[in-house]
Amino acid sequence: MSATTADQGAVTADRKLTRQVASSDRRFAAISHTLLTIWAVVVIVPMLWVLMSSFKSTGEILSSPFSLPDTWRFENYSNAWSDANIGKYFLNSVIVVVAALFLVMLLGAMCAYILARFQFPGRRLIYYTMLAGLTFPVFLAIVPLFFQLQNFGLLNTRLGLILTYVAFALPFTMFFLYSFFRSLPHDVYEAALIDGAGDWRAFFQVMLPMASPGMAAVAIFNFLGLWNQFLLPVALNTDQDNWVLTQGMSAYAASQVYDIDYGALFAAIVITVVPVLIVYAIFQRRISGSVSQGTFR
Amino acid sequence: MSDTITKTEATGGRLTSAARGGRPRRRKLTFDRVTFFLAFLGIPLTIFVLFVLMPFVQAIFWAMTDWRGYSPDYNFIGFDNFIKMFEDEVFLKALRNVALLAAVVPFVTLTLALGVAVAITLGGPSKGPVRGIGGASFYRVISFFPYVVPAIIVGLIWAQMFDPNAGLVNGFLTRTGLDGFEAFAWLGEVSTAMPSLMFVFVWGLVGFYAVLFIAAIKGVPAELYEAARIDGAGRFRTTLSVTLPSIRDSVQTAYIYLGIAALDAFVYVQALLPNGGPANSTLTISQQLFTTAFRKGQFGYATAMGVVLAVVTLVFAALVFAVNRLTGGGEDKKVKGPRRKAPPAGVEQGALPAGAEGGAR
Repeated sequence: MSATTADQGAVTADRKLTRQVASSDRRFAAISHTLLTIWAVVVIVPMLWVLMSSFKSTGEILSSPFSLPDTWRFENYSNAWSDANIGKYFLNSVIVVVAALFLVMLLGAMCAYILARFQFPGRRLIYYTMLAGLTFPVFLAIVPLFFQLQNFGLLNTRLGLILTYVAFALPFTMFFLYSFFRSLPHDVYEAALIDGAGDWRAFFQVMLPMASPGMAAVAIFNFLGLWNQFLLPVALNTDQDNWVLTQGMSAYAASQVYDIDYGALFAAIVITVVPVLIVYAIFQRRISGSVSQGTFR
Repeated sequence: MSDTITKTEATGGRLTSAARGGRPRRRKLTFDRVTFFLAFLGIPLTIFVLFVLMPFVQAIFWAMTDWRGYSPDYNFIGFDNFIKMFEDEVFLKALRNVALLAAVVPFVTLTLALGVAVAITLGGPSKGPVRGIGGASFYRVISFFPYVVPAIIVGLIWAQMFDPNAGLVNGFLTRTGLDGFEAFAWLGEVSTAMPSLMFVFVWGLVGFYAVLFIAAIKGVPAELYEAARIDGAGRFRTTLSVTLPSIRDSVQTAYIYLGIAALDAFVYVQALLPNGGPANSTLTISQQLFTTAFRKGQFGYATAMGVVLAVVTLVFAALVFAVNRLTGGGEDKKVKGPRRKAPPAGVEQGALPAGAEGGAR
C-alpha cells in the first residue's frame, strides 16, 4: 500500500520533471531557432541585396538601397562582361585552376603513396619539410618566389602560376592523402603484385581507384582554395591578359572610383559568385562529408 | 639509396610476400621500380623545393640585405632591416593591428561556430536519442555559404554594404530610426574601421568552422552525452564539460589556422580598406610588405617583414599549443598512438582548415 503511494509519488514527480524538461526544451529550441535565423538572415540578405542591386541603375542604387529596380536592367550584365573583361578572366581562372588541380592531385597522390606505403631513408625528413611548408606564411616566401619565377622566365605567365599553385597546394594534398593511403588494406596491393602488376600498374589501376573518395574530398577543397586564391596571382601574375577572376574583380572594383557604374559592379559580383554557388549546391553533401573525413581519418 | 628502398620496404610495416620468402622477384631492383621512385618522389619534390622550400630559405638570407631587386648589387647588412622596422611607426602600427586581429577574430569566430555547431548537433529535445534541432541541415547549408564565395568578393560585397550613402547597413539603421547613422562612414572612421573589418572576417569564416565542429561533435560517442544527461548536466554545462574537451584538438587546429588567417588578412583588407584605413587603423603587415616590395622595390626590407610575420605566426601557434597544454589537453590524447606521435595526428586534423584557407594559401 505505502509502496504504491511512493510509486505514484515518483510517477507524478517524474511527470512534473518531464513537463519541466519539455518546456525548457521548447524555450531552448525557440532561442536557438531565433539566433540561427538571425544568423541566416545576416548571411543571406547581403547576397540577395547584391542580386537585386545588380539590376538597378547607378542612380537608383545611390538614391535608395531598398528600392526595387524600375526596369530590370539586364544590360548591367553585358556591360560588366565587356567592361570588366570577366569573360577573359573567367577563362584564365578555369585554365589555371583546372591544370593546377589536375597536377596537384596526381603529384600529391604519388608523393603521399610513396611516403605512406614505402620505407626508405629520408622519408621522415621529407614529411617534416612538407609540414614546414604548410606552416609558414606565404608572405615569407612571396618576394623570393617572385624572383625565382623571373629567373625561370615564368613570371606573369599562366604556367608559372599553375606551378606555384601546385607547389603550395602540394603539402595539404599530400597530408590528407597520406593518411588515406595508410588506411588502405595491404591484401589487394599484394594480390595485384602476385598477379604480375608492376609498381606503376599497382598504383594507377589498383591503389588510386581505391583512394578515390579521399581524392574527391581533397579535390573539392583544392578547387575552392585555388579558385579563390588572391595573393599569388596579384603578386606573380601582373600581365593583364593573364589575370584570373579574383584579381580582375579587385581591379574592376578599384576602377569604380574613376568610372562609376555600380549596377555593373554588382552584376560582375553576381557573375563571379554564381558558378561557385552552383558547384557548392551540387557538391554540398559531399563537402560536409569530406570535412568530417578530414577530421577523423 | 634504391638498394635500401627494397630492403626496408620489405621490413617496414607488414611483411610483404617477398619478405615472407614468397617471391624473390620483388627484391630485385627492376627498371620499373627505379623509374617509379624517380617519378613519384622526384617530380613532386622538385616542384616543392623550387617553388616553396627555396624561396623560404632565400627569404632568411635576403632579409639581411639591402637588396632592391632589379640590380644584382646588394650589401649584407645583418639585422639593420629589423632595427629599422622597429623604429618605423607605421610598421609598428601594422604589427599592433594584426596582433589585435589575431586576438579577437579566432576567439569570436570559434565561439560563434561552436554555438552554431552545438545547436545543430545537440540542440534537440533532451528526451530520446541525442539529436540536433529541427531544420539543422538548412542552417548548416546556409552558414557554409560565405565560405564558398571568394574572399575578395566577400570583401567587395561588404564594402558596398558599408557604403555611407547607398549601403544597406546604414539604410537599415536609418530606417529603424537611428538617424545618427545617415551617411556614417563605417570604414572611414578610426573607431569603426577595425571592428567592421573583424565583422567581415567572422562573417566569411564562421560557417566553415561550424561545419568542421559539427563533424567533430558527431565523432564524440553519444554515451558521453547520455551519461552527462543522467548526471543532470544542463546544455551549457554539457557543452563546456563534455563537448569542448572532446573536440579540443579540432579547436586547437582551428584556432591556429584562424590565427594565421587573421595575421595575414591580406584579401579582406585589400577589398575593404586598400589604403590601410583611416589613420592606418587597419593597416596590416601583409599590406605593408606588399607595398614595400612591389611598389617601392625595397625587396630586402620587405623580406625582413615577412620574417617578422613568420615569427609572429609561430609565436601565436606556440601560445595556442601552450594554452591547450596548460588547460589539460594535448598530452594524454596524443600518447594514444605511440607509433606515430603528435605531428602526424595533428597534421591529419590540421591539414583540412589549411587547405580551406586555400589549397595554396
